[in-house]
Amino acid sequence: MTSQTSESKVHKTYLEEDMGRKGIFKWILSTDHKRIALLYLYSMMVWFTVGVVLGLLMKLELIAPGKTLMGPQAYNATFTVHGVIMIFLIVIPGLPAVFGNFLLPIQIGAKDVAFPRLNLFSWYIYVLGSILVIISLFGNGPPDTGWTFYAPYSFKTGTNMLPAALGAFVLGFSSILTGLNFIVTIHRMRAPGMTWMKMPLFPWSIYGTAWIQLLATPIVGITLLMVAGERILGIGFFDPAKGGDPLLYQHLFWIYSHPAVYIMILPAMGAISEIIPTFTRKTIFGYKAIVISTLAIAFVGYFVWAHHMFTSGMSGTALFTFSILTFLVAIPSAIKVFNWITTMHKGSISTEVPFQWAASFIFIFMIGGLTGLVLGALATDVHLHDTAFVVAHFHFIVFGGVGFAFFGAIHYWFPVIYGRMYDNSWARTGWIVFFIGFVTLYGPMFYLGMKGMPRRYFDYLEEFHGPNIISTFGALVMITGLVIIVTNLIKSARSGPIAPHNPWGGTNLEWRIKSPPSLENFDEIPVIDKATYKFD
Amino acid sequence: MSETAVHHDEHRDDLGSKLGMWLFIFTELLLFGGLFIVYAVYRHANQEAFHLAAKQLDVTVGTINTVILLISSMTIAMSTTAIQKKDKKLTLILIGITLILALVFLVNKYFEWSGKISHGLYPGSPVLEELGQGDILFFGLYFFMTGLHAVHIIVGMVFLGVGFMRVKNDRLSFDNYQLLENGGLYWHLVDLIWIFLFPLFYLIT
Amino acid sequence: MSDSSHHIVSYRTYGLILVLLLCLTGISVAVTQIELTRWTMAVALLLASTKSFIVLAIFMHLKFDEKIFRVMVAFVFLVFAAVIIVTFLDYAFR
Repeated sequence: MTSQTSESKVHKTYLEEDMGRKGIFKWILSTDHKRIALLYLYSMMVWFTVGVVLGLLMKLELIAPGKTLMGPQAYNATFTVHGVIMIFLIVIPGLPAVFGNFLLPIQIGAKDVAFPRLNLFSWYIYVLGSILVIISLFGNGPPDTGWTFYAPYSFKTGTNMLPAALGAFVLGFSSILTGLNFIVTIHRMRAPGMTWMKMPLFPWSIYGTAWIQLLATPIVGITLLMVAGERILGIGFFDPAKGGDPLLYQHLFWIYSHPAVYIMILPAMGAISEIIPTFTRKTIFGYKAIVISTLAIAFVGYFVWAHHMFTSGMSGTALFTFSILTFLVAIPSAIKVFNWITTMHKGSISTEVPFQWAASFIFIFMIGGLTGLVLGALATDVHLHDTAFVVAHFHFIVFGGVGFAFFGAIHYWFPVIYGRMYDNSWARTGWIVFFIGFVTLYGPMFYLGMKGMPRRYFDYLEEFHGPNIISTFGALVMITGLVIIVTNLIKSARSGPIAPHNPWGGTNLEWRIKSPPSLENFDEIPVIDKATYKFD
Repeated sequence: MSETAVHHDEHRDDLGSKLGMWLFIFTELLLFGGLFIVYAVYRHANQEAFHLAAKQLDVTVGTINTVILLISSMTIAMSTTAIQKKDKKLTLILIGITLILALVFLVNKYFEWSGKISHGLYPGSPVLEELGQGDILFFGLYFFMTGLHAVHIIVGMVFLGVGFMRVKNDRLSFDNYQLLENGGLYWHLVDLIWIFLFPLFYLIT
Repeated sequence: MSDSSHHIVSYRTYGLILVLLLCLTGISVAVTQIELTRWTMAVALLLASTKSFIVLAIFMHLKFDEKIFRVMVAFVFLVFAAVIIVTFLDYAFR
């Protein structure tokens, strides 16, 4: 990066400040939260590519009934590895580790997170976890249990399931340490004058997320350790032959893995809450309601796990309690949607690319959320459980929710991160192609599920052929969109035009400092005297 | 910004570091929490078998280990007082006692485990297979939970060992003893878990 | 803010607390040796909870620390208790 104006010579950005290190060590030894965020971003991009390719392989297999590309074993392995990569390596660390790391300290007016070295360490653990996942692909063949590692199959399968489970355990540890770091940062390092209720909404969502990371992740950690103990030492935990209860495994697994959905979606919602006021030039409607609903989602979301197990033979009491709780958690989510839409009402909306992502996020999220209620209702779930409907639902939430918010966030904060601008028309084209592809890919799966097409099979009945062709076609369109988006961003990060100061007119601290920020973000720690989201 | 403007670490925040330690303790509590849930569910399902299996464990050994951990908890708590009172020698003695007690605990545990194993009570053993499902679950949990607890004892010893060395070379003294206090907190966590493990495995027969 | 984190607890307090904890341990051992049948579990867990409360309050300095620590610890224990209760909505009614 060459400095072109006299001003940028004085201002040494975090990308230029290399602390005298050489080559790759500029990155892998740096404890700067911004560089660590980019480390996460780049490692996730690699994994995302792998995950997308695996997803595409599955869609290609499903383009026609019978064996097209692969047989049942290969298909089982493909959806397992696709799930493990996408869930544990991408969406769970996704927004917290990338944007949380980059923006949280800046938005609360701090120079870095509370424990910078621990932060770097978390990334190393993330890398270790991904290496374990890679190892699981070799030897006895990739795991075929599904990303949920359900017992008793998970300790009976001959495939390489142990490294994958340990990988998930290690990745969980990375997630815990990141959450720990963020909580301490938010408690201890807010700039003078930034009271809790003056904090922007993205840090708030990171705060809620961090608590889930901290309190839910250890449960799955110990559960995976138990499975490992069962596999290696033959300890009886979940094996019915030894008196164990496989359903207890499902309970423990979902005690984490359901809140994990909120680890993914809360920061996504936080990013949307930042984008929408900026592009409507209006104070966010119901700041307090959004804060409270963030915490409510984090809390109630901790107690809805067993709605993944409605058909497994739980007690009736558990069934209706979890159904009610599931409906309850929809309320704060709906509050947020209401607030975003009300913020737009009578605002002066400029339909820049980030806003388009945010608006389509709301659309996609609502479809995902409402179909979630269909699954949360006991009677309909019995019909739809383990069908393509479920797959469509959670891809609308997990990929639609997190993915759209992630792309929205990266298009929004791109000028802050790289100090450059992307090509607007390509970004817009990428968005529309991606959006059309996304809906074409997952939309038909709702229909297929209702008609009774089960998930996780490489084969299907002839009557499902038509919608499956549409779906596979949608996958190809969506990937075209992805290629456009990512190419545009990579190209622009290297050689895009220098971004003007605060191109969108944002009000948070990250827009008041020079972009890209200097190593310590602020020349002097700012003093906050007014609420954020105040537009002239 | 100039080259010399490095770095954030110089800024010390004891309260922040204590908060970090507590948050870590929370995750540890929930790590064991998952195991306590498993214990509760299986005890609920196998009342009789758990009742009989618990009689196989030696209450005396369990009680001795409980007393050891409680005393060590006190000595490490006292070490914080000692360092605050600038009494380096006493601090070192107190950490030393804690470490020795931890070692005694582990030795006890070793003999207890090997006793069980020599009676053929270990996961996957033929003796256990004959005893039935409740016993398999009980001893599975016993070895896994006390084993994981022992791992935490070792981690705690390393943590306190670092504290000991730092006090010794004066890198840790009355005005920056947070590391020692955090080590103490971790040690109390180990004690806390044992406080529940002890009645659940040894006492409730 | 900072002065309370430098609260010095006397050796005597720690000693007394240890004696108290040892007594409670003795009681729980004694109580569980006599057959209280189904109350044994409740009594033993109650005594263990009391002991852990004392450890948390004195040894772990919660009594002397900022309020935020007490709030957080209480919150975490409540969440965990709630998780157990919710889990047993399945197992107790199956």
